[in-house]
Amino acid sequence: MRQIDMDQTGESGSAGGAAASAGAKKIGEVILDVKNISLRFGGVKALTDISFDVREHEVRAIIGPNGAGKSSMLNCINGVYQPQEGSISFRGQTFRHMNSRQVAEMGIARTFQNLALFKGMSVIDNLMSGRNLRVKSGLLAQAFRHPFAGLKWLGSAQQEEEQHRAFVENIIDFLEIQAYRKTPVGTLPYGLQKRVDLGRALAMQPQVLLLDEPMAGMNLEEKQDMSRFILDVNDEFGTTIVLIEHDMGVVMDISDRVVVLDYGKKIGDGTPEEVRGNEEVIRAYLGTSH
Amino acid sequence: MDTTFPRQLKRQAARYPNRPAMREKAYGIWQTTSWGEMLRLVRSLACGLHEAGLRRGEHLVVIGANRPRLYATMLAAQSLGAIAVPLYQDAVAGECVFPINNAEVRLCVVEDQEQVDKMLEIRGQCPQLERIWYDDARGLRNYEQAGLQSLDALVVAGEAFDRAHPGFFDEQVEQGQPDDVAAMFFTSGTTGNPKGVVHLHRGLLDRAGAGARFDKLGPGDEVLAYLPPAWIGQNIFSYAQWLVSGYVVNCPESSATVSIDMKEVGPTYYFAPPRVFEGLLTSVMIRMEDAGALKRWLFHSAMGLARRVGPDLMDGKPVGAWDRLKYRLGDWLVYGPLRNNLGLSRVRVAYTAGEAIGPDLFSFYRSIGVNLKQLYGSTETAVFVCLQPDHEARADTVGVPCEGVQIKLSETGEILVRSPGLLKEYHKNPQATAEVLDAEGWYHTSDAGFIDAAGHLKIIDRVKDVGRLSGGAHDGAMFAPKYVENKLKFFSHIKEAVAFGDGRDRVCVMVNIDFEAVGNWAERRNLPYTGYTDLAAKPEVYELIAQCVEQVNADLSRDERLAGSQISRFLVLHKELDADDGELTRTNKVRRGFIGEKYQALVEALYAGKREQFIQTQVKFEDGRTGSVSATLQIRDAKTFAPVKEAA
Repeated sequence: MRQIDMDQTGESGSAGGAAASAGAKKIGEVILDVKNISLRFGGVKALTDISFDVREHEVRAIIGPNGAGKSSMLNCINGVYQPQEGSISFRGQTFRHMNSRQVAEMGIARTFQNLALFKGMSVIDNLMSGRNLRVKSGLLAQAFRHPFAGLKWLGSAQQEEEQHRAFVENIIDFLEIQAYRKTPVGTLPYGLQKRVDLGRALAMQPQVLLLDEPMAGMNLEEKQDMSRFILDVNDEFGTTIVLIEHDMGVVMDISDRVVVLDYGKKIGDGTPEEVRGNEEVIRAYLGTSH
Repeated sequence: MDTTFPRQLKRQAARYPNRPAMREKAYGIWQTTSWGEMLRLVRSLACGLHEAGLRRGEHLVVIGANRPRLYATMLAAQSLGAIAVPLYQDAVAGECVFPINNAEVRLCVVEDQEQVDKMLEIRGQCPQLERIWYDDARGLRNYEQAGLQSLDALVVAGEAFDRAHPGFFDEQVEQGQPDDVAAMFFTSGTTGNPKGVVHLHRGLLDRAGAGARFDKLGPGDEVLAYLPPAWIGQNIFSYAQWLVSGYVVNCPESSATVSIDMKEVGPTYYFAPPRVFEGLLTSVMIRMEDAGALKRWLFHSAMGLARRVGPDLMDGKPVGAWDRLKYRLGDWLVYGPLRNNLGLSRVRVAYTAGEAIGPDLFSFYRSIGVNLKQLYGSTETAVFVCLQPDHEARADTVGVPCEGVQIKLSETGEILVRSPGLLKEYHKNPQATAEVLDAEGWYHTSDAGFIDAAGHLKIIDRVKDVGRLSGGAHDGAMFAPKYVENKLKFFSHIKEAVAFGDGRDRVCVMVNIDFEAVGNWAERRNLPYTGYTDLAAKPEVYELIAQCVEQVNADLSRDERLAGSQISRFLVLHKELDADDGELTRTNKVRRGFIGEKYQALVEALYAGKREQFIQTQVKFEDGRTGSVSATLQIRDAKTFAPVKEAA
């Protein structure tokens, strides 16, 4: 729906002779550059010599059959796995290995294929946990924030909490989950849990968002909702998005460029149209006739 | 009452400048707008709208959920002598075309991106639609269509105009007269184009005042505004009566949060159509069935007592001391917490109207101490025609004529009403106006009914729907389809029912299951299902519905006049009847004629005695796309009973 509307904007703009791209987003410089990454688990080659880049404000998809190495690639980017070879550059800084905490501090957030939420905690608390890295006041001030909220020198923790809460409320509004603020996450339907997981990642105010199969296990309507949220995040906050997804329809609709992996090797890279026409990609997905 | 809406606002703002007028929950916090702030906002909006070209007597369309700024926009339009036309926010784009063209609307104010998209979509069909303002800018950053602007910009422009012309607003409000047209409401209309019901300031405010005096509403009351503002009831409860009584109107965060917001606000004056009360009760019952044995026992024994003595206590009838004591205990343990959980703790007056309410449902709320009453009225009568006084509430009547209302019955049994709140006319439709308003000023309601011994009005059905069976065992017997359908709908497992029988030899019905209630019922029986269509076709579900039908038949057989209306065959529909598919009106009433045509194959199969029938239907999704669903539906015979002659 949104895409259609944006297209209409573009058309009316060009009809008037004005800049046709006024409504379109601006894709910037390369901010994340993955070079010659190889990852082995013992004798198993998970990734072999993978290189690709991600530009600012774009939606970059990584696709491939099961076991192609998509999640491993994300895990290398956010420091869960340490590749044996290659390097990753983020905003000009080059790293041999990424470190999870450092990655988070640099502004890369991610969601997980099998959800990483605190099931027993409310939606609000889960989202607040995403603000963890941004909390400045110390443990003591936090512990005493309620009884001493009125005192300026101790009340700072209270003020900070309020600011974080305001930020989180924006996300709740954005993701339209107002009705579930105080609901324990574990009791929510799966599609909503996925949305909360996205919210938790957004709470970190990331520059780059890594989404690992954000639409896995969803029905059509939930997929449409999630696609709209991803595009909105990309559009409203200018967040760069790297996503892994199996649903080809979704990938082709929402991403600007696509990387295709198969057996740990890169077999395609380009716009959705280019990738769609790539012989090797077709072979990887449909199999070959011998 | 010689006043107008904007004058009423100025009066409240002068009396209580700092008291809350409206609250809206945003970002998890209730944000308050005081009467003083509301007046300033209306002033700026009015100046802005004037500058944008809105003139006296012109129509301004407002589309959106209950939002303080949208209500302020209606007031702003009325301040300029223009006419507010609220439209249903869930109507599809095409449905907005007729009203907008009919009222020659050039300017509209809408809530958000969804509504903006609709307006842009129909611009080709409504070329006069020049300007669109939106309240919520989310997602609209890249929209560059001509004439599209945020409401904030309108307020800023209005403030500037106001500074340059300080006396303008007050002068405009003074010019407005009680006999000016205030608002127009489009009725959902079961056939043909909707009709614009034109109301005067005087009529709407008179009725709002009559209702407020009847229930002694005042500035201390709280209301939750959650029904569509385009519906006159919502407009009376959270706009006209708000301005008359000066109470606080609370706007929920979103339609999904209504039950949470209800608990937080604790309204004292509450209106809901029967289906909302039914939904609340269903959710309570489902949760109770999942509760532990002790809680269940406590609930059921307390409810047994409540059913026995609760309604009498509510009606102020004498109740034994021992029962009173037990009820007090029940109130402490069950009824109080239950009311609190439903957000009904502080309710002083609750109303239901629009359709018949099941006796069990009605007495459930009264038995737990909620002063639920019924009223009778319509868009054309500015709601208040009949109201049930405290202590005189009954499930099968709609109350006594309220202040200023005269009622009489025509020879056909149609209810005629004369009241200060009647419509002025249908917009640009003198023929339709003449059909309902006669020379002596009687409004023809097209409802059939009578006044009972206690002076209460009782409604049977629509005059035109009351039919006759022809041929068969009950030739010539009266057939009141609504009566049969309502009896079925009183079962929690049945969401909607459509009865056929006029001019036929027997009565057949199509049933819509209540997905939530039947789904839960199936889960507790370990009955797997994949979705609505699958669940509706389960033999076990058919058995469940057959029991309901049988009970209705047993009930009908007890009344000699209605025994012929017993249901002989039924089927369970494979899809939910939906307003988007034109099967329900926007106020969720079944469009029997339309359904009869759309599902003609099914109707024929019902009467041809077939055991099953294949059907394929178009459905419209919320985003406007269409698809189709198909299924082979089973058709069952129902057990009927011989008429019981009541012992004299």
